Amino acid sequence: MSILGGVAALGRRTRTALISLGQMARFFVMLITRLGIVVKRPRLVLQQVHFIGNYSLLIIAVSGLFVGFVLGLQGYYTLNRYGSEEALGLLVALSLTRELGPVVTALLFAGRAGTSLTAEIGLMKAGEQLAAMEVMAVDPIRRVLAPRFLGGIIAMPILAAIFSMVGILGGWFVGVVLIGIDTGAFWSQMQNGVDVFNDVLNGVIKSVVFGVAVTLIALFEGWQCRPTPEGVSRATTRTVVAGSLAVLGLDFVLTALMFS
Amino acid sequence: MAPRYNGAMSQPDATEKSPLLSFDRVTLGYGDFVVLSDLSLTIKSGEVVAMMGGSGSGKTTIMRAATGQLLPQSGTVTVFGQPLPNIKSSGLQSLRQRMGVLFQHGALFTDLNVFENVAFPLREHELTSEQDLTVKVLNTLEAVGLKAAAHLRLSEISGGMARRVALARAVVREPELVFYDEPFAGLDPISMGVTARLIRRLSDRLGCASVLITHDVAESFEIADVVYLVGQGELKAQGAPATLNKSTDPYVRQFLDGAADGPVAFDYPVTPEFERWCERQGVDQ
Repeated sequence: MSILGGVAALGRRTRTALISLGQMARFFVMLITRLGIVVKRPRLVLQQVHFIGNYSLLIIAVSGLFVGFVLGLQGYYTLNRYGSEEALGLLVALSLTRELGPVVTALLFAGRAGTSLTAEIGLMKAGEQLAAMEVMAVDPIRRVLAPRFLGGIIAMPILAAIFSMVGILGGWFVGVVLIGIDTGAFWSQMQNGVDVFNDVLNGVIKSVVFGVAVTLIALFEGWQCRPTPEGVSRATTRTVVAGSLAVLGLDFVLTALMFS
Repeated sequence: MAPRYNGAMSQPDATEKSPLLSFDRVTLGYGDFVVLSDLSLTIKSGEVVAMMGGSGSGKTTIMRAATGQLLPQSGTVTVFGQPLPNIKSSGLQSLRQRMGVLFQHGALFTDLNVFENVAFPLREHELTSEQDLTVKVLNTLEAVGLKAAAHLRLSEISGGMARRVALARAVVREPELVFYDEPFAGLDPISMGVTARLIRRLSDRLGCASVLITHDVAESFEIADVVYLVGQGELKAQGAPATLNKSTDPYVRQFLDGAADGPVAFDYPVTPEFERWCERQGVDQ
């Protein structure tokens, strides 16, 4: 490929990326302006919280447990060097509430709920269900997408909280039950060291932002996909890739803003 | 429970008919590709109109233009007395509430059962009690012979039954203008006859206009007041079924008789793109 061809290809890719970003921003505004449905028909949103949240619960809880186990082991071996094993509870709690809880939950959320949302919307599009709604004078963004968007935003911090809670129990099991750290020290260090606003609230804010990002990407990919089996397949893949990268990028930005 | 559609088979007085849909020198297409050009037609209330033509002739495109899903490249589409391109989104929504559409592939909501699919437009637009809604939905399902299938999931019904569910959903709100995109596709002969008579009865009883987009000559000629025949990018013929049956126009005759030879070529025409593809593949045409 000539240099000119390379520059042209780069330009095309940049333009495509910018157009896609603009379309997503427009889509986001369309979603925001239709969130009034939560007041008129809260049941639609509750159904989605159940669908998105409940069905992700098992994978989130199991993952949280194992992450807690690993934190307990790794934390003990590091703290033991400095004779600070009692601080294990604090280390596990801070790691989970500040970082691992929101981030790992969001990554799992993108893989479990995000792909499910993209495939569902994509298949509805392929089956002309969204077009049928439009012709029935039913706004599909308001009726189908807005409740799912809100469902994702509500479910994500709850799932992150469950992840952190189960993770802390996992850390406690490894540290206290298996290794033999004093249980009073484990919990009291955690109680003294974890700040509700600085640590817990910031973790909740992170998980809400990740919930917005992942659900937005999942719905956008489903809405924009080509209405074919291949198009839906590609869209679900893009949801995982873009959703995960967005979570990691946003985590860096939020951490810099919150804890620097 | 008594069937809902038991009106007389008579037509409303012709003087009461008013145009619900009109196309005035309309050109339709996608991007640079023109599907139909210079199309003019008028559909009045109470009429059953059959929009016929071969596959890909633009029948569904006409429906998309009439429902505001596709804007005309030129000309004016007027629905309920309002020109479509000038209508704002909220106006279009209120016009669409007066229409019903049976989609070619049904477009039923796969996460809802039969009852909920038919109830969907009512739940979205009408503030009726749950009891009234249930009665109305069951009556409509009874009219298409599926009252006892109300509880079934879509995965539990056949393709023909799904078409009838889609038909029930299209008419449950008693719209003024109903489009049926291939209403007879996938139906057995009994269901086909029942569906055809149902469409006719509905038009007579409600005074609504029914537009059938179909290839099925026998069933549609039996119930239609007017037939429009489109093909080769234009409106080829129009008139009452009896008039078209007597037509000696080669295009009309080939379509109605299903003849292989005639003005409509069976083979897809060779295009420059195909020639280039053959070159790349290294094959002779």
